[in-house]
Amino acid sequence: MTDQLAQPPRRRGRPSPWGQLLRWALREMLHRKGNLASALLAVIVAVGSVVGAWTLLKVHDARTRQVLAAKRAQLQKTLAAMKDNMRKSTLKLSFNLVILPKGQNLRDWHTKDYADTYMPEEYASRLANSRIITVRHLLPVLQQKIKWPEMKRTIILVGTRGEIPKLHKPARKPLVQPVPPGTMVLGYELHRTLNLKVGDKVRLMGREFTIHKCYRQRGSKDDITVWIPLHEAQELLNKKGLINGILALECLCFGTGPDLLGRVRADVAKILPDTQVLELASKALARAEARLAVRREARAALQRERRSRARLRAARERFAGILIPLVLAGCAVWIAFSGFSNVRERRAEIGILRALGLRSSQIMVLFLSKSALVGLLGGVLGFLVGVAAGGRLGAALEGRVDIGSPGELFDPVLLLLALAVATPLTVVAGWVPAALAARQDPAEVLGRE
Amino acid sequence: MLEFNNVSKTFAGPAGEVRAIRDLTLSVPAGQFVAVQGPSGSGKTTLLLMAGALLQPTAGEVLIDGQDPYRLGPDRRSLFRAEHIGFVFQQFHLVPYLNVLENVLAPSVARPLPDAHERARELIQRFNLNHRISHVPAELSTGERQRVALARALLNRPKLLLADEPTGNLDDENARVVLDAMRDFSRDGGAVLLVTHDAQAAGYAQRIVRLSDGMAVGETA
Repeated sequence: MTDQLAQPPRRRGRPSPWGQLLRWALREMLHRKGNLASALLAVIVAVGSVVGAWTLLKVHDARTRQVLAAKRAQLQKTLAAMKDNMRKSTLKLSFNLVILPKGQNLRDWHTKDYADTYMPEEYASRLANSRIITVRHLLPVLQQKIKWPEMKRTIILVGTRGEIPKLHKPARKPLVQPVPPGTMVLGYELHRTLNLKVGDKVRLMGREFTIHKCYRQRGSKDDITVWIPLHEAQELLNKKGLINGILALECLCFGTGPDLLGRVRADVAKILPDTQVLELASKALARAEARLAVRREARAALQRERRSRARLRAARERFAGILIPLVLAGCAVWIAFSGFSNVRERRAEIGILRALGLRSSQIMVLFLSKSALVGLLGGVLGFLVGVAAGGRLGAALEGRVDIGSPGELFDPVLLLLALAVATPLTVVAGWVPAALAARQDPAEVLGRE
Repeated sequence: MLEFNNVSKTFAGPAGEVRAIRDLTLSVPAGQFVAVQGPSGSGKTTLLLMAGALLQPTAGEVLIDGQDPYRLGPDRRSLFRAEHIGFVFQQFHLVPYLNVLENVLAPSVARPLPDAHERARELIQRFNLNHRISHVPAELSTGERQRVALARALLNRPKLLLADEPTGNLDDENARVVLDAMRDFSRDGGAVLLVTHDAQAAGYAQRIVRLSDGMAVGETA
């Protein structure tokens, strides 16, 4: 019997039985166009929905890149404009200077934050009475870190007499108010921990003071500072007629140029040759801070946009994640029904083919070849429809999107993926009808006929 | 070539068992043309299907060329059919989407022959279908369709030809062509079992077996 199943040699150029079955499947597809159209439509819908969703996300990503690039460019432009405005506006920004005795070691000054060398208090008046126009609001100070013996606290004692009026200029509103004689002003940490309030009387180095003012928290050394009138500080610190710094606030720099501070220094040196001038804070710092703030805001705005686009993408992914399996399942059922209908229509044909000796496996191949061909053809068409529909829908949802080259959307990998999904889908969906066809009893069909 | 030894076939029906064939013994030797006649429901088609290795008898033995095809598994029985038996039906049963040549070649899918194409063309020529070789069945006349079915039945050089009312839908001229071909087949050594109502068709047979209620009730030589 084994000999009976042995296949005789085949002539060259003639299709093998399997090749003939494939050709038959192709012929049958073209013969029953309604059935083909129904099955193809199901595959096109299935593949089209997957590819369409994919394409939609691609369009979304392209649009996101476009939106973020535009936003970035816009922010760069705003930043550049802001920088320019900042440069212009800070041209007239004032300096805060400190004038120290010439012999003061700057390392020590930076370490202690006050000078340990002294200069005559009269320097402040000399500067105020000069015709210098770059220096404004002069405050002579005598400050020193001391132990407050009565309170057992380390404090910074600042003797101040308020601003020195400029005689050659009309009176200005002073920036800093002087401390009235016999009073003191307390930093936050001191009045809070010592439980002192305005009007209380306290003793400092044996002298009685009334608390004139209590400052709010500043987060600096001011919180442990006690301000008293300059002359009283000079008496207490035994530095009569001496100061260790002149604060020059809101000094103006006119014109433009690289060394505005140098000009102020030269002006002061002409009047007070025994001093040195330091800048307390620079406009460069102010610019940098402003720039940083703008950049931070720009980054935050970009981040907000990116997050908003990501949220939108995630929402679309979720929607596709729910819709696509439903569509695929629906299409699989549709393809299966189409297959059942095809089998019912071909009962007589299956019967005679079985009577002619075709094995059940060959009947399976005949039906599954058709399923695979429908899958391949539907996969290609579904891919094209999906790309077109996804692109259109994307354009409708996102507005005009610059995708770049058309090849961006026509991704060959996606096409292969579409075929890799569509062909097994149709073969699996067509399996049960094919098995049913293969199991059909030819005697029953031919007997009935 | 074909032997029925005490063959019975029973079907389960809604009103109980139906005995389609009862203890039938029949022999169709090689080179003989046998016709089976009988009224509707007498079991003619059941007999033909059992002879075609398509319907297993409930009892008894069917031998074709000395072998009982019902002892074979489904795939081997299919191949056995392809090798030994040719079928011709009243409804032709051509594959509607294949052309004449492809329909005639259809059995070669089950049993490939080295000269299948040459044999198919020869049969097409013999049945005067050359001008229709690329046509599908819907484009053929009924006579042409039956001639295609006959060519298909003969492609694999079967030893047994089974025909169920092959002339039922044909005019006299086409019926004559078909019956002549069947007679030629038997003259060439093949066995023919023809199921028919038609007296003219039965007239071609060397023996006529009369069936009634599943039993052979008479035979005319």
